[in-house]
Amino acid sequence: MIPATHVIEVTYLVAVVLFILSLKWLSSPATARHGVWAGEAGMLLAIIGTLLYRGIVDYKWIAIGLVLGAIIGVPLGNVQMTAVPQRTALSHAFGALCVTLVGTSEFYLRAPNVPAFVMSVLSLEVILGGLTITGSLMAAGKLQEVLPQRPITYKGQNFVNLGMLAVAVVLAVMLVRNPANTHLYPFMVGIALLFGVMMIIPIGGADMPTVISLLNSYAGLSAAAMGFVLNSKLLIVAGSLDGASGFILSVNMSKAMNRSFTNVLFGAFGQVQHAAAGEAEARPVRSATPEEAAAILSAANKVVIVPGYGMAVAQAQHKVRELYDALTKRGIDVKFGIHPVAGRMPGHMNVLLAEANIPYDKLLDMDDVNSDMRQTDVALVIGANDVTNPAARTDASSPIYGMPILDVDKARTVMVIKRSMSPGFAGIDNPLYYLDNTLMLFGDAKQFVNSIVRELTGPGAAHG
Amino acid sequence: MVTVDLFNSLYVFILAAFIGFEVIRRVSPLLHTPLMSLTNALDAIAVVGAIILAGERKSTLALILGTIAIVAATSNIVGGFIITDRMLKMFKSSRTPKS
Repeated sequence: MIPATHVIEVTYLVAVVLFILSLKWLSSPATARHGVWAGEAGMLLAIIGTLLYRGIVDYKWIAIGLVLGAIIGVPLGNVQMTAVPQRTALSHAFGALCVTLVGTSEFYLRAPNVPAFVMSVLSLEVILGGLTITGSLMAAGKLQEVLPQRPITYKGQNFVNLGMLAVAVVLAVMLVRNPANTHLYPFMVGIALLFGVMMIIPIGGADMPTVISLLNSYAGLSAAAMGFVLNSKLLIVAGSLDGASGFILSVNMSKAMNRSFTNVLFGAFGQVQHAAAGEAEARPVRSATPEEAAAILSAANKVVIVPGYGMAVAQAQHKVRELYDALTKRGIDVKFGIHPVAGRMPGHMNVLLAEANIPYDKLLDMDDVNSDMRQTDVALVIGANDVTNPAARTDASSPIYGMPILDVDKARTVMVIKRSMSPGFAGIDNPLYYLDNTLMLFGDAKQFVNSIVRELTGPGAAHG
Repeated sequence: MVTVDLFNSLYVFILAAFIGFEVIRRVSPLLHTPLMSLTNALDAIAVVGAIILAGERKSTLALILGTIAIVAATSNIVGGFIITDRMLKMFKSSRTPKS
C-alpha cells in the first residue's frame, strides 16, 4: 500500500509539469488552447490530491467553499470582452485575498512559536497580499468607472506612500524579532491594505496596463511566499510562474512607455499627467467627412489601422471589422498596428479585434508596422492618441519624450477619428493633428466607421 | 529542520523563476491578455493551502478564513479558465477556414 502522502506528492509533481507545459503551449495561438486544458488537468489533480490529505477532519466547509467559488467564478468567466481589464484586476484581488487569509490563519495558529525565517516570509506574504487586494479593487473600480478615473495627486504623495510602506516593514521586523507581539499583526496588515489604496489613487487610465501587470506580479510573489511558509513546492512554482509573468509584462509595459524600472517599482505612475498641462493654442486642422474618408481609403493600396482605448469605449470593434471586410474585398491590404500599451491591459486590443473575428495574422506589433509605414497609403487612427504622438520622437520637453510610438505620421495620409480636439487622457497635445498629411474625422468612433462602411458598400459606392 | 526547508524552497523558487522567464518570454504579445488570466487561474492553486486549513479545523478562525479563501481561489480557478478559453477560441488565422 502506497502511503497517501506519496500519492499527494505525485499529484503535485504532475501538476507542476502540467502548469509549465500550460504556459509553454501559450507561446503560439495554434497550441494555446492545449495550455488551458493542461492547466485545468493540473489544477484538478492537485485539488484531488489535497483532498486525500489525512489531516482533513471535516469536508463540509471545503465543499461549501468550492461550490460557492464555482458559483461566483462562472459569471466572472463569462463577462463581456470589453470588461476583461476590470475582471482581471478583480481576480488579482481574489487571489491575493486567498493568500492573505491563509497567511493570517497560519500566523494565529503558530504564534508565538514562529521561527524568524517563517515570520519574515509570512510578513512578505501578507504585506504583498494586502496591498494587492485593495490596489486591485481600486484598479477594478477605476476601470469599471465606479471610481473617478482621474488621477488624484497631492504634495508629498510619494513621501506618504513610502512612509506607510516603511511602517509596515518596521512592524514586520518587530514581529520577526518577537512573534508573541500578536497585537502588532493587524496593524501590519491594515497598513498594507491602506497602502494598496494610496498606491492606486495617483494612477490614471493610461497607466493601467503597467499597474495591472505589476499587481499580477505582486499576487504571484505573495503566493510564492505562501509556498515558503507552508513548505509547498507546488505553490512556490505556481507563484513564481505568475510572478515572472507579471514581472515580464511590467517590464514590457514600462519600456513601451519609456519609464525606468524603478519608476515602475515604486509606483510613481501619476507623474506624467500633472506635468503635462500643455498650452492649448488654437491651431488650424484639416477635417474630412465620411464620404471623403471613404474615397481616400478606396484609392489606397495599403492601409494600417491603429486602434486605441477609444475604440473599446465606443465598442467600435465590430464596425472596424466591417470596414476591414469592405476594404479587403476591394483588394486593399489592411493591417492593424498594435502598440503594447494601447488599451487598459497588455494585449487588450488583440482580444477585442479577435472577438470581432479579425484574423490574428493581421494584428502586427509596433516594430513590424513601423518598418512598413513609409509604404503605407493611409494610417487610420481609431481612439488612440499618445501612442501616435510624434512629439515623443522630436520634442525633448514633452512628458512622453522617448516613448516608442507608432510612426503613423510617416504614412502618406493619416486619418484620426476623434470626438473633438480636446487632448487625451494624459492631457498632452498631439502635433500629429496639425500635420499637412493629417485629416481629422470628428465624431463617435463607431458611428464614423459605420458611415465610412456605408459609403464603401452602399448602392452609390464608388468603384475604384 | 528549518534551514534545510529554507534552502530546498529557495532552490525551487529560483529554478521556477528562471523557467517562468524563459517560457513566458516566448509568449506572443498577441496573447498577453489570456496569459494574464491563465497565470491568474494557475496562481489560484493557493486553494490547496486553504483546503487544508479549512479541513484541519484547528481553530474557528482558521475554519472561517480558510473557507473564505477557498471561495476566493475557486472563483479564480473557474472564472480564469473559462475566460482564457473563451479568449483563445476567438483567435483565428486568415489561413485557416472559418468555422
